[in-house]
Amino acid sequence: MVNREQWNSFRGRLWKEEVNVRDFIQNNYTPYDGDESFLEGTTEATDILWGKLQELFKEARAKNGVLDMDTDIVSTITSHGPGYLYEEDKTLEKVVGLQTDKPLKRAFMPFGGIKMAEQSCQMYGYTPSPELHKIFTEYHTTHSDAVFSAYTPEIRAARKAHILTGLPDTYGRGRIVGDYRRVVLYGIDFLIEKKQDDLNNIGCGVMTDDIIRLREEVAMQIKCLKQMKVMAASYGYDISAPAKNFREAVQWLYFGYLAAIKTQNGAAMSVGRVSTFLDIYAERDLKAGIITEKEAQEIIDHFVMKLRMVKFARIEAYNQLFSGDPVWATLEVGGLGVDGRSQVTKNDYRFLHTLQNMGPAPEPNMTILYSKRLPDNFRKFAAKISIETSSVQYENDETMRPVWGDDYSICCCVSATQTGKEMQFFGARANLAKALLYAINGGKDEPDGLTPGAQIGPEYAPITSDVLDYDEVVKKYDLYLEWLAGLYVNCLNLIHYMHDKYYYEAAELSLMDTDLRRTFATGIAGFSHVVDSLSAIKYAKVMPVRNEAGLTIDFKIEGEFPKYGNDDDRADDIAVWLLDTFMKKIKKHHTYRDSEPTTSILTITSNVVYGKATGATPNGRPAKAPFSPGANPSYGAEQNGLLASLNSTAKIPYTWALDGISDTQTINPSALGNTEDERVNNMVNVLDGYFEQPSHHLNVNVFGIEKLLDAQEHPEKEEYQNFTIRVSGYAVKFIDLTREQQNDVISRTFHSKM
Amino acid sequence: MSQLKGYVHSLESFGSADGPGVRYLIFLQGCNMRCRYCHNPDTWKMETGQLMTADEILDKAERFRSFWGKDGGITVSGGEALCQLDFLLELFQKAKERNIHTCLDTSGSPFTKEEPFFGKFAALMQVTDVVMLDIKHIDDEKHKELTGRSNVNILQLADYLNEIGKDVWIRHVLVPEWTDVDEYLLRLRAYLDTLSNVKRIDVLPYHTLGVFKWKELGVKNLLEEAGINPPEPERVAHAKEILGAIS
Repeated sequence: MVNREQWNSFRGRLWKEEVNVRDFIQNNYTPYDGDESFLEGTTEATDILWGKLQELFKEARAKNGVLDMDTDIVSTITSHGPGYLYEEDKTLEKVVGLQTDKPLKRAFMPFGGIKMAEQSCQMYGYTPSPELHKIFTEYHTTHSDAVFSAYTPEIRAARKAHILTGLPDTYGRGRIVGDYRRVVLYGIDFLIEKKQDDLNNIGCGVMTDDIIRLREEVAMQIKCLKQMKVMAASYGYDISAPAKNFREAVQWLYFGYLAAIKTQNGAAMSVGRVSTFLDIYAERDLKAGIITEKEAQEIIDHFVMKLRMVKFARIEAYNQLFSGDPVWATLEVGGLGVDGRSQVTKNDYRFLHTLQNMGPAPEPNMTILYSKRLPDNFRKFAAKISIETSSVQYENDETMRPVWGDDYSICCCVSATQTGKEMQFFGARANLAKALLYAINGGKDEPDGLTPGAQIGPEYAPITSDVLDYDEVVKKYDLYLEWLAGLYVNCLNLIHYMHDKYYYEAAELSLMDTDLRRTFATGIAGFSHVVDSLSAIKYAKVMPVRNEAGLTIDFKIEGEFPKYGNDDDRADDIAVWLLDTFMKKIKKHHTYRDSEPTTSILTITSNVVYGKATGATPNGRPAKAPFSPGANPSYGAEQNGLLASLNSTAKIPYTWALDGISDTQTINPSALGNTEDERVNNMVNVLDGYFEQPSHHLNVNVFGIEKLLDAQEHPEKEEYQNFTIRVSGYAVKFIDLTREQQNDVISRTFHSKM
Repeated sequence: MSQLKGYVHSLESFGSADGPGVRYLIFLQGCNMRCRYCHNPDTWKMETGQLMTADEILDKAERFRSFWGKDGGITVSGGEALCQLDFLLELFQKAKERNIHTCLDTSGSPFTKEEPFFGKFAALMQVTDVVMLDIKHIDDEKHKELTGRSNVNILQLADYLNEIGKDVWIRHVLVPEWTDVDEYLLRLRAYLDTLSNVKRIDVLPYHTLGVFKWKELGVKNLLEEAGINPPEPERVAHAKEILGAIS
């Protein structure tokens, strides 16, 4: 067993024998069940830095959101010299490191696709380098080019019609969370040593495809680790050895993350579950009198400030899917260990407290791993932060822990992943509402679709009856789901093959196990609309209105029907059936690298884009109207209040949709209680009640519709500069949303009782 | 055994300002008052709405038990819940059998010490944990003008609840020109000071969100016609101070 001076006073031994951060945490963390009274406010340095950053945000907003861009440097771990937020006095920043040489300057990242990198420059008035254009078109193949060269006409058609949308074929797939804690605990040299050892032991010498690929990948990882040292050295730090105090711990960890965001512009670039881990270092320093609480908070504030600064150059189509410039720097607090101890530490409070010290913010995407068994004080503090800032989300630790253990991270908006031991193949969504219309229209795209009348799906006989018959519709729907599942999985297989080949995430993966678990994350869009449509067909009388070509343009409904979102089993059973049916079809197919197929019911803000491409549905949703986001009930369907809606969502089995079931609810402050105490207690009651059930995820917003309307009309008001709201799976500054997205948010159900 | 059925106006899964903690709200149909500021005039009419048994309602309510924590439960409101006293008694008795916390939100207007009402009401109090009593106006004449009924029996109810030591939350709607008058507020406070069972006092600012319902029902809303607006926040704070209300 190795012992290092940086590990003085740390307990345990397995983590010293092998790379095992979880074992280190379990042996060394100090649970905290006190209240928030120990927390400290900002330091002068924090005020100066945050003030500066606020100015830069404002400047960027005045320039369409983008302050500055690189046009002729290809971003790599070592492509840029050191950069600082506050050049005037570099000592103010307790945590240093920028993606480029200047704050908020967006890097040029062509490996995912040169066209996208160039488009994003041009969109903001920058001219991309012609030399790089030549290199990345003539000499080097990018991920996107490779994917499109191999697509079949059938996939292209499905993509164009938006029955498959949001696919990571024009942007980085993201969702791979490096275990950045490894840099802190072990230092880079030890990690290189371990990877070298792995490389020496891959295969028995017989060179199959798998062995060759993995050997090359590990070699790339080792190269990345070496580059990380060079990058850190440019800031004056030697990260070859473990961190020896709290400040170094946070700095080392951030360098690991920085390497990832310098090389990848993935749709989600999570930070991971770092809070409890880092607290061990804070506690050691506090005990030794090396730092004060004020200094500990300052370090966390500065770290969080860096996470608020992460930016990528995106194209317009991406912004429409994922509005508000999100990066999903997701970071978790809370959760229990498998031994039943709460993993809440003082650091979990410090991270949440950044939302008070520096105000609400969408990033990092702060996620509370919730259980009724977490300490009362912490649950109340979390509720209080929610009510004040609407900036945090909740996920059910009681349903995730049995599946992923007690050291999982959230790798995207809501999806769990075992930290350092698992990677995801992100797969966006299949539009199941459109698939239902294909079942009725014989595989032809709706007149209100993007490719009106085109034969996108197989040419089975359309339904021609005047009144839709439930059994007939379900039978036809099954055929189209079968087709769609196959097409979808194969399309993703192709995408991820190319992503591994041309845009491999060597930086993140160098901080993960060589022998990885892989999941294959499919997704569902239009969920509630399919459920309500089938319910309408089953319980009411639904009559299609068809155009001269015989395609549906609308549906007339006679009679009442139960809707998903009212705790009514008649509708909710259809929801459960739909998930089960789709998932079984997905599972029939071979998935790339023998990954485990999963699915999700979450749509981020892409519910607007999917809805726009979809004709009227039999539940009464008009053509082109946005879908409800994620697993939310359809707009206006909830007739029995918030808790009835939550009960419906909680019926969807998480183990069938392991990639996540997202629910977003907005509560009027007055509907939560008359006094602050009441509001906090009632919020805790709602969370306790929801997460006691086998539910998964909940975004909670606390504000009234008036505030949104005013913010939309007066985005210049000071109070709205950081006004943050939760949308499906992440948070955004409301004024950064497109007007269309804002309208969508405004039209959603507000829970307020009169 | 055949069960009584009650006329239900609506059910709401999430009430958070209607008794202790998170509550399942049961709005019974029918009211004997005609308050000028009523925001639910659609609940006035008797013997209409959905007929449900106590067990049917409680089965639905219990789906939300996980949200109730240690304080929550059900609250029956209206309309005026006491207009369906027999049904209400059965509902609360059955709720108690299921160990559910019960709260009655009432204006007290049907209250009388005469039988058969009084005996049943006394039995109801055996199975009621908290009464939320809305005192519309402390002055009897004004009360009649505002609601169409006298407040004498309502104050009698308040006294009775005090006698039996039942936990009471007092609610008082603050209406400019009607109740937002220092003299009346002081008189109300003086009356409340005679009671020792009041656990909490809420001042509810008059709002106009229910006005559209009057229009839908084709009923004249005199407050709206008189141009009465919601009270200013300072007046609300002022009333809260006089009444010793929670803020």
